[in-house]
Amino acid sequence: MYLSRLSLRMLRRDWRAGELRILVLALMIAVSSITTVGFFADRVQLALSRESNRLLGADLLIIGDRPLPAHYADKAEQLELMTATLIKFPSMTSKEENNLLAEIRAVSPGYPLRGELRLADDASETITEPVTRGAQGIPSPGTVWIDEKLMAGLDIMPGEELAVGATQMTVAALVTREPDYSVGFINLGPRLLMNAADLAATDLIQPGSRVTYQLLLAGEEERIAEFRSWAQTQLVPGQRIEGIRDARPEIRSALERAEKFLSLAALASVVVAAAAVALAVRRFIQRHLDGCAIMRCLGASQSTILRLYLYHFATLGLLASGLGCLLGFVAQEFLSRWLAGIVETSLPLPSGLPAVHGLLSGMVLLLGFSLPPLLNLRRVPALRVLRRDSGMTNLHGLAGYAFGLLALSLLFIWEAGELRLGVMVMLGFLAAVAVFALLGWVVIKLLLLMRQQGANAWRYGLANIRRRTIASLVQAIALGLGLMAMLVLTLIQGDLLKDWRTSLPPNTPNRFLINIQPDQLQSLAEFFAQRDMRQPDLNPMVRGRLVAINEQPVRISDDTETRKKQLLNREFNLSWADELQADNEIVAGRWWQSEDALANELSIEEEIAETIGVKLGDQVTFDIAGSLFSATITSLRKVDWDTFRVNFFVVVRPGQLEAYPINYVTSFYLPPSQTGIMHELVRNFPNLLVIDVAAVIEQVQKMIAQVSSAIEFVFVFTLLAGFIVLYAAITATQDERIYEAAIFRTLGAKRRQLIRAWAAEFAILGGLVGIFASAGATVLGHVIAKYALHVSYTFTPWIWLAGILIGVIGVTIAGLLGTRSTLTHPPLWTLRRIG
Amino acid sequence: MTNRAVQQAYHIVRANALTKQVNTGDNQLTILQDINLEVNAGESIAIVGASGSGKSTLLGLLAGLDVPTSGHVYLDGEDIFLLDEDERAALRSRLLGFMFQSFQLLPALTAIENVMLPLELAGVNDARRSAQALLERVGLGMRLKHYPRQLSGGEQQRVAIARAFVTQPKMLFADEPTGNLDFATGAQIIELMFELNRERGTTLLLVTHDEALSNRCSRRIRMASGRIVD
Repeated sequence: MYLSRLSLRMLRRDWRAGELRILVLALMIAVSSITTVGFFADRVQLALSRESNRLLGADLLIIGDRPLPAHYADKAEQLELMTATLIKFPSMTSKEENNLLAEIRAVSPGYPLRGELRLADDASETITEPVTRGAQGIPSPGTVWIDEKLMAGLDIMPGEELAVGATQMTVAALVTREPDYSVGFINLGPRLLMNAADLAATDLIQPGSRVTYQLLLAGEEERIAEFRSWAQTQLVPGQRIEGIRDARPEIRSALERAEKFLSLAALASVVVAAAAVALAVRRFIQRHLDGCAIMRCLGASQSTILRLYLYHFATLGLLASGLGCLLGFVAQEFLSRWLAGIVETSLPLPSGLPAVHGLLSGMVLLLGFSLPPLLNLRRVPALRVLRRDSGMTNLHGLAGYAFGLLALSLLFIWEAGELRLGVMVMLGFLAAVAVFALLGWVVIKLLLLMRQQGANAWRYGLANIRRRTIASLVQAIALGLGLMAMLVLTLIQGDLLKDWRTSLPPNTPNRFLINIQPDQLQSLAEFFAQRDMRQPDLNPMVRGRLVAINEQPVRISDDTETRKKQLLNREFNLSWADELQADNEIVAGRWWQSEDALANELSIEEEIAETIGVKLGDQVTFDIAGSLFSATITSLRKVDWDTFRVNFFVVVRPGQLEAYPINYVTSFYLPPSQTGIMHELVRNFPNLLVIDVAAVIEQVQKMIAQVSSAIEFVFVFTLLAGFIVLYAAITATQDERIYEAAIFRTLGAKRRQLIRAWAAEFAILGGLVGIFASAGATVLGHVIAKYALHVSYTFTPWIWLAGILIGVIGVTIAGLLGTRSTLTHPPLWTLRRIG
Repeated sequence: MTNRAVQQAYHIVRANALTKQVNTGDNQLTILQDINLEVNAGESIAIVGASGSGKSTLLGLLAGLDVPTSGHVYLDGEDIFLLDEDERAALRSRLLGFMFQSFQLLPALTAIENVMLPLELAGVNDARRSAQALLERVGLGMRLKHYPRQLSGGEQQRVAIARAFVTQPKMLFADEPTGNLDFATGAQIIELMFELNRERGTTLLLVTHDEALSNRCSRRIRMASGRIVD
């Protein structure tokens, strides 16, 4: 007991003496970086699970892409469950010359069964938060309720009329809150709520329309459970059950991925902070060797020393990690704001779990790097009080760092949530460090060749770098990693995205027309001809669900991979063509030739083939409007999606699908001066869906910008950690510098000369940082441009200019600030002290 | 015999055939050879000799800070090399006080905290009061909260004296306690050390080059080439 008190007192004394600052700062940064992401992810998770039945608008949903058979509703009635229906699909809405694609939601009385709709009668511009009220019932026939996006997009007010398909309806209210809307990534479209009774009049649901049918159920828990287990046996492909637990799986998986990515980004700062922790622990141990020897001399046993310092470090770790958690809690608020547009909800307060996670990570990091040297520290011989050279325990032992690295690897695996990813990221990281180290070593060697040139200050600076090559490299790599991340993200937000936009040739299609019915082809051709527009290529398509592969029924289980599940759950668009499109390329098999014997052949896009697990020669079976169609895969295609032409995952040999219900799709270029044509088009063909590619691209870019801001924010911690490494390294060499300064000044050097020499040293170090960061950013930028954005990367000299300038100026200023105190000691004081 | 005579006849420190050899690559170097020594309680002994004669090694072995190649050391009747390192540490904590040429104060601790340390390590309550009393006794009552770097050499050695005496040890081992001090300061420190020694009946065992210091001791042991010569 007295030991823990003594340890606390010593902790207080060490803190007062400034021995612990670096350790505390490094730990704080590492923990706050982890907890920032952790708290944020936790809030979104909580929002998802707490609000999940409100999200559903019911306790249970049956969802299908075709009208749901009556036996579901019958069974619900038998179990005395409340029911309502919701039919949703995308459609154009218009008011005078304004058109907007919206999600139409036609609901039956009773909707929503859970949660509530909140309405405002008015949303005048002066009131940002309209006064809302709970809704009674659903829109009465002939009226609709719309959301703010639609109101703004169509410039419409309650009381005015808008067109939905073939009908005109009156806007009765503004929906300010609706189930199924409170949390959601990428809510692209505006929404419109209408009475299901009006649906037929709109004439919008036609063969091939992309419609989702939902049966909403609510009631007693056991009955819901009974219904669920019964319904499970009734599901056919294309139908699924969604309960409170499995609400919004796509959001959950998107969130999990985002969280994983942000966590790994946060780990970058943990790694850099680990370098600072390792440096600080080393210094701590070095400075406590004598103290331990004295305590041994004064009668402390080995276990007393070990326990004393274990308590010491454990308390320190908990305090610093606790502060880190607090900082993380504050910082996550900023992160949430940054991502405000993507996460549409007011988030609940986070739970304590991320804090526990942060505390544990902080302790693992600290103990990982301090336990081995602490175990050595207790073995300091008491004789050291008489002979200073005795018992320099091995502080730089590889074993000590190996233990720390092991702890770090465990953190990686923990954060990544899986062994393989964790190990891969860790290895990637080590590889980057190795490449940087090699690059730095070469640069230092090259600089040393030029040592004879230049002013004195430069030579001394260089000599210092050479003397501390490894320490200099560690500092440069730590800072370089942080700066690199910042440069890459700025590059993506700025240049790369601009490149992507400008890389599209002029006249690239910017509008897609979907849902064209066969009887509209003639009038559509006339419409284009009358306006002197090029006739667009119309691609026929039918919709079908993949039901069997090689005559084996396709099964979707809970552990089916998300993307595959999504693909299998929805209908494929199947098209046909004689010729291979110019933006397609056969990568396996061969495209059909007209002289080939007629057979059921199809060609599939290679990535999709891989995802759903089919290969050349497989027979796939689709259910098209209730009848089965089978064909053999005879080719795999690679598609260049960036042409913005209409393309299909599955293309079938002509002559096989023409008998099914067909609709057409096309894309074309609409000059900005002729956007008025769109209004006429929508008026003449109300069932057509017009997708404005520019708007979608803008949306995507906005999102990427937001996400990269968020990531950049996380990397601020890495940069901060980098500066702590620099500070730690400066502190580690402080005694040496004080001595150096004393000798220099005794020999007649002016303060200014000394400052210049150190400035040169830090400028060289900063130059290295800049080179690492710029080189890394260039390579990463190139990789992202080529593989993620598919644009050719153009070399951007500003990256190098900015990287090196920021590196040199930042490190020089920070370095000189860090060494400032070294110059304040009079030389005599130093020499006497070292004596 | 009187009580006092019994006490004096009792050997509080005894070394028996103490030898220390170290390996220096190929050959073996003998630092101490066959040292036999008996110290009575209350005695003050100066170990003198040229640099490299083995004085500090002998002191280290007598205090159990190092282990000999052969031989025995008895402190207060206990054969210290039959104990393990931790048991020796506990013994030191009970019996010994130390002073060093380079003071060996912990830089992160204030004067009073440095003096409190041995008491705290022994788990003594009220360490502060004893430490403060002793610091006042050595004339540093106004300097309790100063760090070693804020103190002069003489003041630092006074803190070290206070630390050495605060556990009320039976023996005080000192290694060149005036080695880093100027003549006048050294003289003050010597004075203080012997005053406390008298007050508390401590046995003094010190290594020194300082004539003035060795002259104050009741016995002088001269060493040369690892042996006691006189």
